[in-house]
Amino acid sequence: MATGPINEILEKSISKKYPDNTSYTSISVDHVQKLSKHAGLSGHEIEITALEQGVVPERYARNMKFFSLEQQAALLKSRVSVVGLGGLGGAVTEILGRAGIGNLNLIDGDRFEDSNLNRQFLSTCDRINTPKVQAAVERIHDINPSIRVKVHFEFLDRHNASQLLENSDVTVDCLDNIHARFVLENTCRQIGSPLVSAAVAGAAGHVTTIFPEDPGLQMIYGDPDKAPFKGAETTLGTVPYAVTVLAALQSAEVIKIIQKKNELLRNKLLIVDLEAGIFDVMGLM
Amino acid sequence: MTSQIQIKLFANLQRFTPPSANNYSIEPGISIRNLLEQLGIPEEKAKLIFVDGVKSDLTSTLDGGERVGIFPPVGGG
Repeated sequence: MATGPINEILEKSISKKYPDNTSYTSISVDHVQKLSKHAGLSGHEIEITALEQGVVPERYARNMKFFSLEQQAALLKSRVSVVGLGGLGGAVTEILGRAGIGNLNLIDGDRFEDSNLNRQFLSTCDRINTPKVQAAVERIHDINPSIRVKVHFEFLDRHNASQLLENSDVTVDCLDNIHARFVLENTCRQIGSPLVSAAVAGAAGHVTTIFPEDPGLQMIYGDPDKAPFKGAETTLGTVPYAVTVLAALQSAEVIKIIQKKNELLRNKLLIVDLEAGIFDVMGLM
Repeated sequence: MTSQIQIKLFANLQRFTPPSANNYSIEPGISIRNLLEQLGIPEEKAKLIFVDGVKSDLTSTLDGGERVGIFPPVGGG
């Protein structure tokens, strides 16, 4: 990074205090945007440089008692693919965007329809028939323009998957059928990307993390050739609080993978049943 | 002699939950396959079977005292 942006970042930084009265050096959202325009760099590149100089982009200030400067910078340097922008994917995209994942690669060939409005955060009345990827770009631009967003208005299949997921550090399975989940898992093995997979039916669901060498979805759905196309969601629907809880759990796994934290849900299944009030972690092996 | 187990059925399997799910009586040595038959749960709907928090299968047997959780295939998002 040239010294120009570093000097400008330091010039625009101010001293602030966290709620617990400890001090830090901060740069505002507005200054990040102006410097990014001036230097011809993305906001997240300015933010990475700031963090490397010990300066906290103010938009992440409430992350910083939990993440180190290096951990926040690791998020900004990362590239996460979100496959499916429905109930899970819309909320995952919002959470990852706010957390500061620097590069989001979003894949969905669908458009919003009326029945999405109960749970899909990116859907609004005036976006019915709008491509879900378009709504995602607009939403991320509104909440965190520092992020570089790449979108693909197409459904993932075994022919296009490896190209769509290129350079993905972590991939998030937010799909809505079991068949496509296996296609995605296969591709993640080929490209060496960890996969965070969740699925929901009614008020119940589960989430797991699969590294390329792990047995993965077959431990959940059995033999891919015999697995049903859809699951219990065809008879139970999908309620908003369940899908959003699972999206939040997926986001936590993504962030922990990027920050190289332990205690991931590898070879484990976190099961949730909000009707019965159950959260439990089961061993898959 | 009978023993008791705890049964938790998830999502659309909930409707098969027996009245005494928290202390359901079994013959010790019963297989999961036979338990499913007793409960009226079709095998293809019981893809994910947990015994005491660990994935298990239709041939696993129960002695009594176990916690059995069964999840149907779930794929929505």
